[in-house]
Amino acid sequence: MTDRNRIVVIGAGHNGLVCAAYLARAGRQVLVLEAAPQVGGAAVTRELAKGFRVSGCAHVCYQLDSGIARELALASHGLKWAREGLKTVALAGAGEHLVLDGSRAESPALPDADQKAYADYHARMRRFARVLGKQHHRIPPRIGGGGRSDMMTAAALGLDIRRLGRDSMREFLRIAGINIFDVLEELFESPLLKGALAFDAVLGTNLGPRSNNSVLALLHRLSGDAQGSLSLPEGGMGSVSEALAAAARAAGATIRVNSPVARITMEGDRVSGVELEDGEIVPAGTVVSNADPAQTLLRLLGPRHLETGFVHRVRHIRSKGMAAKLHLALEAMPTIARLGPDLAGERLLIAPDPGYIEQAFDAAKYGQCSPEPALEIMFPSVYDKTLAPAGKHVLSAIVLYAPFDPRASDAPARQQMLDGALAVLERAAPGIRRQVIASELLLPADIEREFRITGGHWHHGELALDQMLMLRPVPGAAQYAMPVNGLWLCGAGCHPGGGVIGAAGRNAANAVLAQEKAA
Amino acid sequence: MTHYDAIVVGAGHNGLTNAAYLARSGLKVLVLEANPWIGGAAVSREIEKGWIYSNCSYVCSLLRPELFRDLELARHGLQVVPYGGGVSITSNGDILGNYTDEQVQRREFARHNPRDADAYHRYSTDVMRQCKFIRPLLLRTPPDPTSFKPRDIREMMFLGREFAKFGEQFIYDTMRFYSMSIADFLGEYFESDLIKCHLSGSGIIGSAMGVYSPGTAYVLLHHYMGDVDGSIGAWGFARGGMGAVSKAIANSFKSFGGEIQTDAPVARVIVKGGRVAGVATTNGNEYRAKIVVSNLDPRRTYTKIFDPQDLPPAIVEKAKNWKIRGSSGKLNIALDGLPEFPALGKNNPLACGDMHFLDSLEKMERAYDDWKNGTWSKEPYLDLLIPSMTDPTMAPPGKHFMSVFVQYVPPFINGREWTDADREGFKNTVLDQIARYSPNFRSLVRHVECRTPREIENEVGLTEGNIFQGELTMDQLLFNRPFPGYAQYRGPVKGFYMCGSGTHPGGGVMAAPGANAAREILMDLRRPGIVPEGWQDD
Repeated sequence: MTDRNRIVVIGAGHNGLVCAAYLARAGRQVLVLEAAPQVGGAAVTRELAKGFRVSGCAHVCYQLDSGIARELALASHGLKWAREGLKTVALAGAGEHLVLDGSRAESPALPDADQKAYADYHARMRRFARVLGKQHHRIPPRIGGGGRSDMMTAAALGLDIRRLGRDSMREFLRIAGINIFDVLEELFESPLLKGALAFDAVLGTNLGPRSNNSVLALLHRLSGDAQGSLSLPEGGMGSVSEALAAAARAAGATIRVNSPVARITMEGDRVSGVELEDGEIVPAGTVVSNADPAQTLLRLLGPRHLETGFVHRVRHIRSKGMAAKLHLALEAMPTIARLGPDLAGERLLIAPDPGYIEQAFDAAKYGQCSPEPALEIMFPSVYDKTLAPAGKHVLSAIVLYAPFDPRASDAPARQQMLDGALAVLERAAPGIRRQVIASELLLPADIEREFRITGGHWHHGELALDQMLMLRPVPGAAQYAMPVNGLWLCGAGCHPGGGVIGAAGRNAANAVLAQEKAA
Repeated sequence: MTHYDAIVVGAGHNGLTNAAYLARSGLKVLVLEANPWIGGAAVSREIEKGWIYSNCSYVCSLLRPELFRDLELARHGLQVVPYGGGVSITSNGDILGNYTDEQVQRREFARHNPRDADAYHRYSTDVMRQCKFIRPLLLRTPPDPTSFKPRDIREMMFLGREFAKFGEQFIYDTMRFYSMSIADFLGEYFESDLIKCHLSGSGIIGSAMGVYSPGTAYVLLHHYMGDVDGSIGAWGFARGGMGAVSKAIANSFKSFGGEIQTDAPVARVIVKGGRVAGVATTNGNEYRAKIVVSNLDPRRTYTKIFDPQDLPPAIVEKAKNWKIRGSSGKLNIALDGLPEFPALGKNNPLACGDMHFLDSLEKMERAYDDWKNGTWSKEPYLDLLIPSMTDPTMAPPGKHFMSVFVQYVPPFINGREWTDADREGFKNTVLDQIARYSPNFRSLVRHVECRTPREIENEVGLTEGNIFQGELTMDQLLFNRPFPGYAQYRGPVKGFYMCGSGTHPGGGVMAAPGANAAREILMDLRRPGIVPEGWQDD
C-alpha cells in the first residue's frame, strides 16, 4: 500500500528538488534518487583544485523564480547572495570597454544615439519577455484537441500579447521569430554594444547571431523574475541546490545520493517503480523524472512501452549543446588592461562584434572548435571568498562554440578548445596563462557524461519556437504527464525550459497533484 | 496633363494583374513602366540573336489558377508546359532523380537508403497537407491581429477554424514547420545526405539564409505550393519564356481598355492635401489620378518615389529597415548544342528538369557562409535548366538555352561595388562547376549573360536584386508584409496602395499580391465581387 503511494523523483537537479519539495509539502511520500554523490545536477559547486571551488556547469543565477524562492523559504535554508545585480562589461580589444548596468550603457566611446537606443531596447525587450515570463507558471495548453482549460490557457497567452498595446504587440509579433543580428542592425551603431547584446541572445543555444530564433532565446533569458539581472550565490551554484534540498527535506522528502536509476519498471500499463543500477528495486506508484526527455523515455523506460510516432518525436528533440565550460584556478587576479579593480568581479564578455560570434559559430557548425571563441568570463572569487584561498582566484567561463560531435576525437578537441580560449584570454589579460594552477575544460560531450544530460545541452533541448510552450518536450505531451500512466517529467526539457528557474519542477508537481485529485 | 482613375507604377506581373482587375471594374487605368519593355522580372529577352532568355524568373508554378482562368490568360496566349525530370549529380558521379510516378521515386530513394524510401511517403503527405492549408489563404487579405475591426476579427476566426479543421497534430506540425531549418525538418524524415540536399534546395532559393538557418523550411513550402494544371508542386515553362506570362496579363489588361506606357520611369508620387493626386515621370510628364498603386518593392517605393515630407517618418524608417538582401545571381547561356552529362548517360529524360550538383548539406551551408563573408559562393548551389529541351521556341533548331540560377551571390563584394573582374570571377566559378560535370559544356558556350544582384537591381529595379522583393522571414510574412499595420495593401497616404511581391503572400510569379491589392482598392471604391477571393476549387 505504502509503495503505491510513494513518489520517486529521478534526479536531484534543481527542478527535481523543487518538484520533490512541493509534493512533500502537499503531504506526499517523496523519495529523490540522485546518481551523483551530491545534489544539484548542473547547478553544483565542485572542487577544481585543492582549496579552489567553482560552479560546475551553470555559474550565475538570473532566472530563479522568486515565488519558489519565497514559498520554499530558500533564504532560511541557507541561500545567501555573494553579489546581486552584476554589471556586464564588454571588453574592447583596444579602446574603451563598455559597461552595461541596468538600462544604462556606458562607455566614453559610445555614440549618444546608442545610449538612448539602448535604454529603449532594454525596456522593450523586458516588456516582451514578461509575456513569456507569465507563461512560466502555466501548464502549456493542448491546442485543437484540448478541453476548456486548455483553451483558457491559450487565450490567456493571446491576451498577454494583446495587453502589450497595439504598437508593442506589432513589434513583438514582428521580431519574436527572427534573429538578433537584424534587430541590432536596425537600432545600434557600436559594434561592441551589438556584440555584447548578440552574445546574450545566443548563449547556450545552437544559434549564431544571424540564426532566426535568437531573439526568442534572448527573451527566454530575460523572462525570469530577475529580468536577466545576474546574481552570484555564496558558495557557488551548488548553494542554490543545497538550499532546495534542505527545503525538500524539511517538507518531508527523502533524498538519496549515489543511487543511479537503471530503469523505470512497468506493471501492466503503468509504472511500478524504478530499478537502481545496483539492482535494488524501489517500488512507487508515481515516477517523476528530472532527467532529460530522451534519457527518461528512451533509456530508462524504453521505446517498447511507447507508441512509434511518439518515440520518433522524442528521438528528434534537438538537444545538442554548443557551449563549453572553462574553469581555471589562478595564482593571482589577472590584470585586464583599462579595467578598474571595481569591475573585475563583474561579468566580462569577449564578443567584440556580432560578426566575431558568427565566425565562431560557423566553425562549430562543421564540428570544429571555434578557433576564436566568444567568452563569458566570471571571477566569482572576487565577491565570494569561500571559493579560493586568500589572494588566489577562480575563473569560470562559458566558451562559444564547441561542437557536440567534434570532427577530431574528444581529447584533441578539448585541448584545441582550451588553447583557443586561453589564447583569447591571454590577449585580454596578458600573463594569465602563467597564473594558471589548474584548468579544466568541459565540452558538450563532457557535460553529457558528467551531468547526465543527453546532448550536453543546458536546457535539455534547444529553446526555439519549434520546441517551446506546447511543443516542449514534444508536441502533444507538454503537460508533464507522459503517455505511460504514472510517469511524469519535471526537468528543463519541459516548459518553460532551463536556466535554473525551477518552474518546470513546480508545474510538474502541480500537474501530479491535480491528476490525483481528478482521479 | 492627362487624368486617369488609377495609375500603376511598374509593369511587373503583379502590377499588370492589379491593373487588369481595376480596368475590368470599369476604371480608366494607366500602367507606367521604366524599361522599354514590360514584365519586370518575368520577361523574355532576345539578347543573343535567335535565343530567347527568360533572363530573370525562369520557371512557372505559383501563378494562381483562379487568376489564370479569370483573366483568360490562355486566350491571351499563355501556355504553361510542365517539365518532367530533375536530378542531382554528386561529384563521384552518383545521381538522384525526380520521377512523377511515386513508386518509381520510392525505388530511386531506396537505392540510396531503404529507410528514406519509407519516409518519402510520410514526407510528401506532410508537405502536401501544408500546401492544402496554405493555398486557399493566398488569395485572401491577411487580418491585422492587433485590430478590433469586425472584418479582422472575422478573418482571424476564419483562419482559426481552417487551422483547427486539420486537427491537433497538424497544428503542432505547422508551428514547428514554420520555424525550423530545412536541414532539421528533412532530418526528421531522411538519413541520406544526398536526399536531404536534393530536397533542401527549395528551402534556400532566393533567400539570404542557409540550409541550417531556422526559417528555411517555410521557404521550401513557398516553392511547393504552386501547381501546373492542378498538379500541386509541379513546375513548368511558360512557352516562349517567362515574358509570355507578362504579355498575356498585359493583353488581358488591354482587352479591358487599359493603357501601358513604357520608357516612363516614375520620379515622384504627387501628394496634395494628404492624399495622392497623381505621379510625375522623370521625363517631366504628370499624370493625375486619385489612386496610385506601386508594384515596386517597399524599400524603393518609400525611399525613391516619395517626397519624405509626404510620409510619416516611421514609414521611411521601416522602409530602410526592410530586409531585401540580394542573395542570388543568374547566368543565361546560349549553347551551340546539347551538353552531355556523363553521369546521366545519353538522352536521359531527367535532364529535362532542374539539375543540381550536390554532395552534402555541409557544402551547401558553406556556400552560405561565403555569402555572409561578403563574396559569392566558391561552390554555389545551382538550379540549372535547359528550357529549350521542352520548349523549342527558346533557341534555333539544334541549339539550346540554359538558365542557371545561382545561390549565393552578394549585392556587394566585401562591402564595395562589383568590379568587372569580380563579375568575370563569379561567371567562371559557375561555368567551372558545370564543366566539371559536363566535359563538352565549355566548347558549346556561345554567349553568357551574367547577372549579379547589381544587374538585377539596375535593370529590373528590385533592391539588391532580391527576387522576392523582400525576404520571406517571419518578420516579413503575412500581417507583417510589408510592415505591421500596412499588410492590407493600403499605404500611409490616402489613395496609395502597394501590389508587389513585397506584400502578402510574397514573391514568385504568383500574381496573388496584385489581385489582392485590386480587391482592396475596389472595396474602398465599393465595387465588390470582381476579384476572386480565397478557395475557388482545386
